[in-house]
Amino acid sequence: MLGFVIRRILGLIPTLLVIVVASFLVVRLAPGSPFSSERGIPPEVLVELNAKYGFDLPLHEQLLRYLGGLLHGDLGLSTKYPQRSVNEIIGLGFPATLQLTAVALSWALAIGIIAGVMGAVRQNTAWDHGLMTFAMLGISVPSFVLGPLLVLIFALTVYALPPGGWGGLRHLVLPGITLGSYYAAYIARLTRAGMLEVVHADYIRMARAKGLSETMIVWRHMLRGGLTPVVTFLGPAVANMLVLSVVVEKIFATPGIGPYFVDAAFNRDYFLVMGIVVLYSVVLLLMNLVVDVMYGLLDPRIRYE
Amino acid sequence: MDASIQSADRLAEPLVGNSPARDAWLRLKKNRMAMAGLYVALGLALSCGLGPLLLHSAWGYDFESQDLAYGARPPSLQHWFGTDYFGRDLFTRVLYGGQISLCVGVLAAVVAASIGTLYGSVSGYLGGRIDDFMMRVVDVIYALPYMFVVIVLVTIFGKSLPLLFISLGLVGWLMTARIVRGQVLSLKQREFVHAAKNLGVRGPTILFRHLIPNTLGPIIVYFTLTVPSMILQEAFLSFLGLGVQAPRPSLGALINDGAQHMAVFWWELVFPAGTMALLLFSLNFLGDGVRDALDPQLRGRS
Repeated sequence: MLGFVIRRILGLIPTLLVIVVASFLVVRLAPGSPFSSERGIPPEVLVELNAKYGFDLPLHEQLLRYLGGLLHGDLGLSTKYPQRSVNEIIGLGFPATLQLTAVALSWALAIGIIAGVMGAVRQNTAWDHGLMTFAMLGISVPSFVLGPLLVLIFALTVYALPPGGWGGLRHLVLPGITLGSYYAAYIARLTRAGMLEVVHADYIRMARAKGLSETMIVWRHMLRGGLTPVVTFLGPAVANMLVLSVVVEKIFATPGIGPYFVDAAFNRDYFLVMGIVVLYSVVLLLMNLVVDVMYGLLDPRIRYE
Repeated sequence: MDASIQSADRLAEPLVGNSPARDAWLRLKKNRMAMAGLYVALGLALSCGLGPLLLHSAWGYDFESQDLAYGARPPSLQHWFGTDYFGRDLFTRVLYGGQISLCVGVLAAVVAASIGTLYGSVSGYLGGRIDDFMMRVVDVIYALPYMFVVIVLVTIFGKSLPLLFISLGLVGWLMTARIVRGQVLSLKQREFVHAAKNLGVRGPTILFRHLIPNTLGPIIVYFTLTVPSMILQEAFLSFLGLGVQAPRPSLGALINDGAQHMAVFWWELVFPAGTMALLLFSLNFLGDGVRDALDPQLRGRS
């Protein structure tokens, strides 16, 4: 098992390298430069600025320098915020984004799995149809529709929760629901489908024959088998949530990393854009690894060689 | 007389009867939610397509002419969805925005499906090392946080409408490529492909005449599911101010405007948001229904 994980992590390195090089080229070959927006920069200053960030070197040398920095965990300097390194900016914003994602993911998993199990257990009843229509609604109402509507209802009409800002769990309720609802709905559908697939499996019949209680069968045995599609979905889901948090952070004025990225792309803040892309790629790759490991925990038939 | 001619016509047409397409259509017709989705989506498309014209000829409204003195007023008989801060008729703007959203969604899905089909079928047909390499490329792109890539692409190429759906399409083709490749891998071992090869049919012809038409089912299924997701992504970009630019409205941009004024002018948020939700809701149900109809084995899976 440990060997499997180590080998997989080593296997991620070439993928990551290709991603870094490709996104470096896309970002750098794009027209425009980080200093073009601030007009009236004297040419001498421009030369100095380019020298400071190494933009005067040939492209391949810049790439090597960037990769070298990456090896030491150094993501370079921001051109828009000259006093700050990219590491500092990410260190400031990422914890908030991570908390938001964690809250959204937990509520999506809890609601989604419970709704999915209830739908599957009462397949083709009014309950089932109602839950699945509701899930379709959850998939169809995007976060930037749901977020403002929730604020309108719970913050501006009922005054029950803060409309935005940061500090304490109360501030995470509305953003968490906004970010997680799509995933709750999707997980409900996946759980229901996964459960229905194992309803007639031999090991479920075995559990019934042993005389286990229905609760035990559903929550211990069926759920474990039926969760495989949900687990597969988790890797991309977490990565998408991190990206979607850009919108949620805008709606609720949460101090996360999202708004930085849009700004950075606009301002051609090369190293900040690269830093965030690399960070999220690493998260995505690691999540996929976690998913692979979880398969083995859920399904004892899977063995890692 | 008329009827007999018709039936003679029908006899002459070999596909009538049990053609797979007709079977699929019959299955789709039985699915009430999917049909409801189809009618609602068609209705929305029709009103978004013709609505702005009708409103213009009836009341002279359009999406950009302003009446600052009139300002934002709640829904009334003259302005069904009210007016916005600049005195523009919101109903016209929502319909026009829906038109843009639908166009971008469908065109981006077409771009994604075309690239995916071409890439996937070539990869599957060539096989071997080339296939390995091409699929490895897909894996790597799949590992990129793709919405970020779209944001970068949009900021690079500017914000015109064609570039918007091309950018969306450029990152949305990966799943189609995988699905088509899988289909082609199994199809190319079938007798009719061997027969074509032995008859001396050239590779590209086999690809376009024999392999791709046989993968149309999954392509259509994935296409119908891609349209709502592309509409969603366009709205996501517009909401961030990266999509369709003012004064042109898209649903995402309208929702963004509405969210900023919602405490005072609730109608500016509620109507575009409701339209967006209804559009995605109907398209998603339709997509689910098409999948069940074209691919009965997948029924019930998500």
